[in-house]
Amino acid sequence: MNRLPLSVKILGGLGFLFLYIPIFSLIIYSFNESKLVTVWGGFSTKWYGELFRDPQILGAAWISLKIALVSATLALVLGTLAALVMVRYARFRGRGLFSGMITAPLVMPEVITGLSLLLLFVALQNAVGWPAGRGFTTIVIAHTTFGMAFVAVVVQSRLADIDRSIEEAASDLGARPVRVFFDVTLPSIAPALVSAWLLAFTLSLDDLVIASFVSGPGSSTLPMVVFSKVRLGVSPDVNALATLMILAVGIGIAIATFALTRKPRQSAS
Amino acid sequence: MRGWLARNGRTLVIAVPMIWLLIFFLAPFLVVFKISFAELARARPPYTPLFSWEDERLIIELSFYNYLFLLEDSLYILAYLSSIKIAAISTVFALLIGYPMAYVIARAREPWQSVLLMLVILPFWTSFLLRVYAWIGLLKGNGTLNALLQTLGIIDQPLVILQTDAAVYIGIVYTYLPFMILPLYANLSKLDLSLLEAASDLGAKPWVSFLTVTLPLSLPGIIAGCMLVFIPAIGEFVIPALLGGPDTLMIGKVLWTEFFSNRDWPVASAVAIAMLIVIVAPVMWLRRLEARQGGDG
Repeated sequence: MNRLPLSVKILGGLGFLFLYIPIFSLIIYSFNESKLVTVWGGFSTKWYGELFRDPQILGAAWISLKIALVSATLALVLGTLAALVMVRYARFRGRGLFSGMITAPLVMPEVITGLSLLLLFVALQNAVGWPAGRGFTTIVIAHTTFGMAFVAVVVQSRLADIDRSIEEAASDLGARPVRVFFDVTLPSIAPALVSAWLLAFTLSLDDLVIASFVSGPGSSTLPMVVFSKVRLGVSPDVNALATLMILAVGIGIAIATFALTRKPRQSAS
Repeated sequence: MRGWLARNGRTLVIAVPMIWLLIFFLAPFLVVFKISFAELARARPPYTPLFSWEDERLIIELSFYNYLFLLEDSLYILAYLSSIKIAAISTVFALLIGYPMAYVIARAREPWQSVLLMLVILPFWTSFLLRVYAWIGLLKGNGTLNALLQTLGIIDQPLVILQTDAAVYIGIVYTYLPFMILPLYANLSKLDLSLLEAASDLGAKPWVSFLTVTLPLSLPGIIAGCMLVFIPAIGEFVIPALLGGPDTLMIGKVLWTEFFSNRDWPVASAVAIAMLIVIVAPVMWLRRLEARQGGDG
């Protein structure tokens, strides 16, 4: 009864093939000596060498990493607070507005988010002189704003699941709310915090559209440089870059999976 | 300090994210809304002020020119319709490809279920831009797909896929497939298998019980998945820019061009406001669906 017809299995398998062919093709071609996609010129790591000699890509990668680190951390703090508000504070004035504002960035087209933030930054600069120009700060603010929405979703679902009796026990024993939060709540949502931070980090590292709107001269992020390169066609050093990023993501996922699957067992024993 | 914190802790926890969102999420929309009523000007910033003060009188100048322009120039209407068409067709294909995948995952035994689920989520963590870029190498005239088909003798002339709408469909389906599969999986994995057993005991053929039992029961998952593909696809910029051709019309691309090439901030703002109106209806539908499902559980 639990058997699936072979045709369904084949259709499903083809779907997975569809998901992974582009990724494998990037990895394979990153080791292709030839610049042409269709010609296999032999195994070579020369595109990796070229990648590491390209000052434009290296500089942009460094900017992107800094932006992602700062904005993911800010998004984690703000998003966790927002998740606390959503799960724990059922009634306060403006709750409808709050829940609307925290979920809207998830479905907002990036072009609109980018344009609206840029226009805000320009208006603010004219009105109060801050932010002076656009660049690192404005990109961090933009990425924090959409990152916190994703953090809030991830943390919210974990927060709704945790057993509140331990928190109640802690406050019955005289712990202040802040202490309860840091000693009880935070450790029990830690796995969700790790994956939420990673999600915000990845989203920031990957964002092209919003960053294009709110960046300034000298603050081109990695996706912006990649986009201007690949708009002209296939460029083998981008294949090498993609392979390195896939590798980094693989390692990150492995660590996160380890952190996520280890924690519940510890608390269960 | 401690006493103050204890008294105002709750307010503080609400206020910090609230103020951030008011300034950096809500205020920007009000600015866009305001500028959509301004006119293009040779100034910095390049639009006319709405409010001015002359002879001790406040003068408010609202220009509906941008909205009239959107209605008059057929480019914008066509771009809207074309975005909706491209998003809708892509959604249908994503459903056709995603449904069997979700079904296979939902019916797989552990540990296969976790592994397959992981395989669906994993591409989502790798760079979206680079995954779209990968399709250029696969689809272009002298690319992998054409080379493969020619070697197999299926085609003589290379297929022209890149820089057509077909490539945009492929890109959107590929990118948003996980968003289709995950809600479908969540729904299908909760399916009561005894219903299917009952159907087969009563003599229904597998495809009949699929059409009369599984499919209707998975409708909430289908709607959620379709909305999650359709909504972001409408405003997509990167996919039509990289895979589409010069005549691929999508509203996200139009907004980008208005802003970056024409530097017409007021028209770009009007396009943004009009785009929001198009996506509000599906978003509301999705939220209602989620609220109803939350109520059931």
